[in-house]
Amino acid sequence: MSASAFNRATPYIFLLPAAVVLAIALMYPVGYMVWASFLNWNPSQRIGEAEFVGLANYARLLSDMQFRESLTVTLAFAASVVSIELVLGVGLAMLLDRKIRGMSVLRTLFILPMMIAPIVVGLMWRYMYHPTVGIFNRTLKAIGLEPVPWLSDPGWAFVSVVIADVWQWTPFIFILSLAALQSLPSSTMEAARVDGATRFQTILYVKLPLMMPVLIVTALLRMIDAFKVLEVILVLTNGGPGLSTEILALRISRTASEFRELGQAAAMSNVLLLLLMALTAVMFVYSKFTEMRSRRQVA
Amino acid sequence: MKHDKTSPAFFVLVVMLVLMSTGPILMMVLTSLRLNVDIMSDTSSLIFMPTLRNYETVLCNALWYTPEHLGRCDKTFGRALGNSLLVSVTATALTLVIGCMAAYALVRFRFLGRDVVSFSTLILRMIPPAVLLVPVFGIWTYQFGLDGTLSGLVLVYVAMNLPFVIWILQSFIRQVPIQLEEAARIDGAGPFAVFFLVVLPLIRPGLAAAAIFTFRIAWNEFLLGNALTDRGTRTVPVTIVNRLTEYDIDWGVIMATGMLLAVPPIIFTLVASRQIITGMTAGAVKG
Repeated sequence: MSASAFNRATPYIFLLPAAVVLAIALMYPVGYMVWASFLNWNPSQRIGEAEFVGLANYARLLSDMQFRESLTVTLAFAASVVSIELVLGVGLAMLLDRKIRGMSVLRTLFILPMMIAPIVVGLMWRYMYHPTVGIFNRTLKAIGLEPVPWLSDPGWAFVSVVIADVWQWTPFIFILSLAALQSLPSSTMEAARVDGATRFQTILYVKLPLMMPVLIVTALLRMIDAFKVLEVILVLTNGGPGLSTEILALRISRTASEFRELGQAAAMSNVLLLLLMALTAVMFVYSKFTEMRSRRQVA
Repeated sequence: MKHDKTSPAFFVLVVMLVLMSTGPILMMVLTSLRLNVDIMSDTSSLIFMPTLRNYETVLCNALWYTPEHLGRCDKTFGRALGNSLLVSVTATALTLVIGCMAAYALVRFRFLGRDVVSFSTLILRMIPPAVLLVPVFGIWTYQFGLDGTLSGLVLVYVAMNLPFVIWILQSFIRQVPIQLEEAARIDGAGPFAVFFLVVLPLIRPGLAAAAIFTFRIAWNEFLLGNALTDRGTRTVPVTIVNRLTEYDIDWGVIMATGMLLAVPPIIFTLVASRQIITGMTAGAVKG
């Protein structure tokens, strides 16, 4: 091989291993799943033996009340956690946006909940929600209040999983908005102060609009992740009581392993994938859009 | 650096936040140091004799002595710990090598299909493990014959992490001055030498961030681990969930298990929080 041909091939050589792995272990399975969603397939069959049923799996999803229920739960869960976390995270970032000693220690402590295994997060919260020995009910009893059925009442169970997620992921929004706040041009803040803006006005009319691009991307990232949450809820409630906390990811895993209907599970996975793809596309288009706008402003 | 004055109210707020975010973790540590009789008793007291018995129970086959309180040693967890370590370390190493080569090619070379590649990396990033569950189970079992093996698990984890790692490393490679690479090339270095001797040492912080994120996902993952492993190859999260479904939960032992699973990520966070935060912000801000 001549030197120049080698140089021309270099990018492809560098890309090759990644392309091979992604092709056989990510793209192929996704394609396989799309195909499987048209089959009536159970785990003891090879895929070739499964019967082709066309759109029957999707048709069943449309009339499946339990699937619709879990779709509603998923959307409600994602909407609640993202909005609560946004308000708390951005609020805290505004409050803590000053030069204080030990800020890096603080940030380190705040990211701990995100790094720990979701299984373990579920474990900790399940213990704290324990009806008799958990800290919440013990405290309630100590101050003379009725204990709360944290995980055994449908309404409370939903609240409980939302609280656990808020605990784990608010720091993510906090850290990103703090980074955004600290990268704002100080001359703009100076100008606002000179013009006599109060602290509150500065936040509302100057800081928030300037942070908006980062906030929107952060919210979308969190939203995508909220659709993927599975382990914390699995450990806390396993979807129950009833179907009150059965999010889509959990429903998929149960349809596959308990009900042994792989075709049906594949159809559900497809719906989840489409949802996530739509969100990712929105994020991509939005970031391209802001990029273009800022480039035009510079020029 | 000039520090702002802090008011008492601000100080109280900070202390409360720290308590809220670390409280549940501390509670897990404390619980793991108590016996189950103690935990389930009605009197909740913060004063108790801490004991390492739960850890001895969990790690009984990795200890050099036989704990007295145990009649029979349950080897499940010790074995799972070994499996988890092996899988996560291998997956992390492979992902880093493969990922940074790809990221380098995407940043530094103009070639056919480059935009397609970087767009599909972005799209692949959001595939959740739950979506991979059905197809990966089918393919690994019936086509690759990888079910119940650790290499099957490594393969999924590498593929799952690659898109994110490529994406993160791209932003670090972009900051390497191209003049350095050109200088090396003029001195007669080939593309591989430039990559391994010039670029890699300069993006060490990025590599650290990518390594921590990959390790964390492989180490913490449950769903695919549960579907693809058998008795001998189970990872730690799978054993924890299996134990939780038992009717009578021994909270002390299970919290000790949870602690052992949580310790590596906690250590990484304390050592490399700056890299983690950089990785996190690069992920969102440079979308």
